[in-house]
Amino acid sequence: MSQPKTIVEKIWDQHVVHEEEGKPNLLYIDLHLVHEVTSPQAFEGLRMSGRKVRRPDRTFATMDHNVPTIHRNVIKDEVSKKQMETLETNCKEFGVRLADINHPDQGIVHVIGPELGLTQPGKTIVCGDSHTSTHGAFGALAFGIGTSEVEHVLATQSLWQAKPKTLQVHVEGVLGTGVTAKDLILAIIGRYGVRFGTGHVIEYTGEAVRNLTMEERMTVCNMSIEAGARAGLISPDETTVEYLRGKRYVPEGEDFEEVKEQWLSLASDEGAEYDQTLTIHADEIEPQVTWGTNPSQCVPVGGRVPDPEQVEDDRDGIERAIDYMGLEANQAIESIPVEHVFIGSCTNSRLSDLRRAAEIVRGGRVHEGVRALVVPGSKSVKDAAEAEGLDTIFLTAGFEWRDAGCSMCLAMNDDIVPPGERCASTSNRNFEGRQGNGARTHLVSPEMAAAAALEGRFVDVRKYASTVGG
Amino acid sequence: MEPLKQHKGLVYPLNRSNVDTDQIIPKQFLKRIERQGFGQFLFYNWRFDDDGSPRGDFSLNSPKYDGASVLAGGENFGCGSSREHAPWAIQDYGFRVVIAPSFADIFYNNCFKNGILPIQLPKPVVDQLMEKAEAEAYEVAVDLEAQTIDGGGFEVAFDIQPYHKEMLLNGWDEIAVTLTYEDKIDQFEEKQKGVKTLGIS
Ligand code: SF4
Repeated sequence: MSQPKTIVEKIWDQHVVHEEEGKPNLLYIDLHLVHEVTSPQAFEGLRMSGRKVRRPDRTFATMDHNVPTIHRNVIKDEVSKKQMETLETNCKEFGVRLADINHPDQGIVHVIGPELGLTQPGKTIVCGDSHTSTHGAFGALAFGIGTSEVEHVLATQSLWQAKPKTLQVHVEGVLGTGVTAKDLILAIIGRYGVRFGTGHVIEYTGEAVRNLTMEERMTVCNMSIEAGARAGLISPDETTVEYLRGKRYVPEGEDFEEVKEQWLSLASDEGAEYDQTLTIHADEIEPQVTWGTNPSQCVPVGGRVPDPEQVEDDRDGIERAIDYMGLEANQAIESIPVEHVFIGSCTNSRLSDLRRAAEIVRGGRVHEGVRALVVPGSKSVKDAAEAEGLDTIFLTAGFEWRDAGCSMCLAMNDDIVPPGERCASTSNRNFEGRQGNGARTHLVSPEMAAAAALEGRFVDVRKYASTVGG
Repeated sequence: MEPLKQHKGLVYPLNRSNVDTDQIIPKQFLKRIERQGFGQFLFYNWRFDDDGSPRGDFSLNSPKYDGASVLAGGENFGCGSSREHAPWAIQDYGFRVVIAPSFADIFYNNCFKNGILPIQLPKPVVDQLMEKAEAEAYEVAVDLEAQTIDGGGFEVAFDIQPYHKEMLLNGWDEIAVTLTYEDKIDQFEEKQKGVKTLGIS
């Protein structure tokens, strides 16, 4: 038998266009996703040098970062409007398919790719957005790129890439009741830090990972970049195949049976070697809440804000984070009040996320003084949620129910957390100012965010035992 | 792209780890569709108060660092979003070299596309540079060809991939380089023909 290989090696080897001593590989790109914020300068570059988009049929654009999630037809912000119009003009001129703000396929780029079946095992996928790692959930090699590289892919459908190292994150055992994929990835980053993945592609393996649904796998892979990784992925299995069956851009009938076998054969071989392996135990993980200004600064909900006096490493950084967040050393997480709740973003805005949050919310009331927002990841998630009445559950409880977009994840539109105010957010970055200048972000799962909305502070969602399943 | 062979300049020390791209350039400035003019927004929320006046407590505002062109940063510099607006802002502000103990991958890559040289050095060396730059106006001379930094009294060598080095030394347009391999891309696509999963149409 030939040497056992990891999925990363298999995909890589299938995509090398050119190899030469002293150079990175020239890697072919199967799918290029484009959005309004990181593409205008790339199209402009093409125009200036008289170049074309090489493969419009492998390029797909949408509007997500900037779009209003309310009153969509009147975009007050002239600069935002211009950026969206620019994408429209560019797509027309270069022949790229676009799901614009009013299109039924519109949504966050990392939500619609999988939903449409554009995302498939074995593909190389790029987008001018770091959370492109999300698509790795399908066993695709998917990574974020800068605008110069966007232009490069538009022009050549390829990229110069050094072969990444591989890092296996092996999760043994099963996650407890009320403990979600979000808690899993936060706990991993909490333990190993925001740069343990640098230079590597992470492959998540183990029983707990196999048990995750596709939407949960996307949550995990999404945050690989928060560990510094180039990409994160999960070998395809029956769960992957069943999710993709019947999706719009996936082959049908006999063709499907054929590609399915190809997909399954991509999984890492038994005995394949990784450059590094980390093992963690799922049953030790509890619902997580970040207290600081990077995703590794998190603790179980029953825990406390750390005391800088008691730590060795990065004392200044921790002090600065606690100060920015307006917290006290040793403060109990459950004593932290919240003023905003955001359920959305490419990490946690899919139908199952909204369902699980709605289960907590059902029959409850948003706490006085809390503003709570649900922003579905795509138009199609929104429609599906409405079809099963989730919007009514949220609206009745006092949540706002919005149109699809990135929204308060990065607050480029009007969905902003004001300075000094605090938000329980299902997004992926709690950086200073991420949700608005001076805003204080705590990352949590959709269930934890829903519970915080009802109680006006963080609570252990496991106390809603009857609704959190298991 | 402007080639970079040698560079001599004043060091600005930013002694913080995990400086993310949201800090380097906050999102409210990402709506512009141009490539130029982002320097004025560099580290905006650290540099300016809500009313737009410069903050006294952020060292880049100190006249001491006027004209600085070498940025010394902490671990994991440039983490977070893939926005190339971050290197655009750094470059447009006047920095040509960024030195740090470690960089986030995407940011590191983005630098080379914009004529910025990112140099990774062991933390004690970066700390030493920062200390000097905090104490006094401190200049270093960077020689990309020789892969050295001359800090007046001490010299260090740095590593860089040959491909990156060549790009900067020549100021190459990477797309033009890649297009010299166009026949290879054609051949690759020819082989792929008939693969059922690839097209969108
Ligand atoms: S939801 Fe947030 S993290 Fe995801 S693509 Fe949009 S801005 Fe980026």
